[in-house]
Amino acid sequence: MTERRAITGSWIAAIAISVAFFFAADAYALRLGTLLAMYVALASGWNIIGGMAGYPSFATAAFFGLGAYAGALVQQKGVPMPLAWAFGALVPAVAALAIGWVVLRLRGHYFAIASFAVAIVLRELTTNWTSLTGGGMGVNLPVLQISVIEQARLFFAAQTTLAAIAAAISALVAYSSLGFALTCIRQNETAAGMLGLDARRAKAAAFALSAALAGAAGAIYASSIFYIDPGDVFDVLIAVKPILMAMLGGAGTVAGPVLGAAVFFGFEQTVWAHFLSIHSGVLGVLVVALALFLPRGLLRWKRAGKAA
Amino acid sequence: MLGQVLLNGLLLGGLYACVAAGFSLVWGVLNVINLLHGTLVVLGSYLAWMAFHFLGWHPLVALPAVALLVGLLGAALQAGVLNRVVGSPVLVTLVITFGLELLTRNALLLGFGADYRTIRPASTWGTAQLAGLNLPLDRAVAASVALAMTAALYLLLRRSWLGRAIIAVRMDRDAAALMGVRVERTFIAAFALGAALAGAAGAVLGLVFPISPLQSDAYLGTAFTVCVLGGLGSVVGAIAGGVALGLVQSVGGFAFGSENATIVSFVLLILLLAFRPEGLFGRRGYA
Repeated sequence: MTERRAITGSWIAAIAISVAFFFAADAYALRLGTLLAMYVALASGWNIIGGMAGYPSFATAAFFGLGAYAGALVQQKGVPMPLAWAFGALVPAVAALAIGWVVLRLRGHYFAIASFAVAIVLRELTTNWTSLTGGGMGVNLPVLQISVIEQARLFFAAQTTLAAIAAAISALVAYSSLGFALTCIRQNETAAGMLGLDARRAKAAAFALSAALAGAAGAIYASSIFYIDPGDVFDVLIAVKPILMAMLGGAGTVAGPVLGAAVFFGFEQTVWAHFLSIHSGVLGVLVVALALFLPRGLLRWKRAGKAA
Repeated sequence: MLGQVLLNGLLLGGLYACVAAGFSLVWGVLNVINLLHGTLVVLGSYLAWMAFHFLGWHPLVALPAVALLVGLLGAALQAGVLNRVVGSPVLVTLVITFGLELLTRNALLLGFGADYRTIRPASTWGTAQLAGLNLPLDRAVAASVALAMTAALYLLLRRSWLGRAIIAVRMDRDAAALMGVRVERTFIAAFALGAALAGAAGAVLGLVFPISPLQSDAYLGTAFTVCVLGGLGSVVGAIAGGVALGLVQSVGGFAFGSENATIVSFVLLILLLAFRPEGLFGRRGYA
């Protein structure tokens, strides 16, 4: 019961803080909050395929970029923002089903590489398909005719709502038969298949959900900065950071990615502020230390050494 | 015209084989995908650039020293960091080599900046005419040296005690340990060899391509693709895969435009992974 109470309490606290922040914070703080919310959404989304199913996906950047472009291009055609965001979630989800049909046959290293390659192919396609995407020049989005603080509030609300949806989806998945199937796949996929579990369907569902969340985050991101280009939204760091966050908190759990995103965000901001020119080097040190000393995450550090 | 395209592909292939051979060795022996590999290649290029710029050494003269330095760095990384995580889940080793990559790339960016540098020896060798085809001699020499080093790795693995130890560890870690092979030291040797080959490849590539920290992703991608094409963990596979990728890129660039050459090779990579993951020429073999 205490665990249930802790979960309810965390939800209420998170919502209360977000609402208070929405009204009290200035535009700069709201922008930071928006980024944090995006991290929560990305980490929770990755966690469904990467943590729960144990498939080390580097395709987050692919789906983030695809969602950003899908949302931006229909928004340019005059589609209202919320619909564009939904479209930005739909396109990557469908793409994930198609791509997953090929890459989800692979396991371990091979899956990691293939998912990595998907992001590179999409980035190159976007760069070269100039007639649709504007190529390396990027896409400009319509600028909103509202004040700076209203914009900041709007995108904070959007990204935070998405983060809440992501956390809720990952909780629903974790306590559903899909979550059970994903855990079986992580532990022993061959055995799960022998017992009659349709691993292919479960993996496809997890991959598509994960892609939809990354895509929606990308679409909202695109709207909020008014300009995207392929190098920005298909950046490999967008694929890697959610993995680090989820691992930091505890991959495969519901709360882990949320906690990890918050800790990572705090760390990143500190490093950005103090060591701008060596920030990626410092990030590298953190990453190595994390993998060496805390491979199972903050949530489980006390239980380190026991089997998952 | 097609002959020229094929020749260019072959020359490219020799370089690719050398870039991939060390990566393939590390993957095969340690079961670690070394995301640092591309950056080690770039590091080799910069060391060669420094030897050329400050000492006036031709990159081919500097090559042994470059290989030694990068190899030592590799040995230190394996002994200090990677030996602790051999056998960990894929995600842990991927994340750790990614962290090392971030660190090294940041150091290179701080030291050299992001702009492109080139090594231009005073005497270029010009171009030979061969049955109506243009053969740029510097590229031909670079490709030959790269292939020779790859072949040297093959001989080392087949003929030396160290090579046998590496192959034994790759085949069965526990059995090798029981036979008196010091597994951790063998890991260090394997990673150092892979790093040395990456550095040497970098020195040779510096003759042909512009040098920048931003090149490392392309080299890493090349190493991935070559391994998958040729089959994992075998030197022969790396050569076959390197030549195959060189030809595919050259012909693909010719057919679809050079800006789409990357797409062609990565789509090929994904399809191969999905439908023939043991590689075009792969078998479950060693060396």
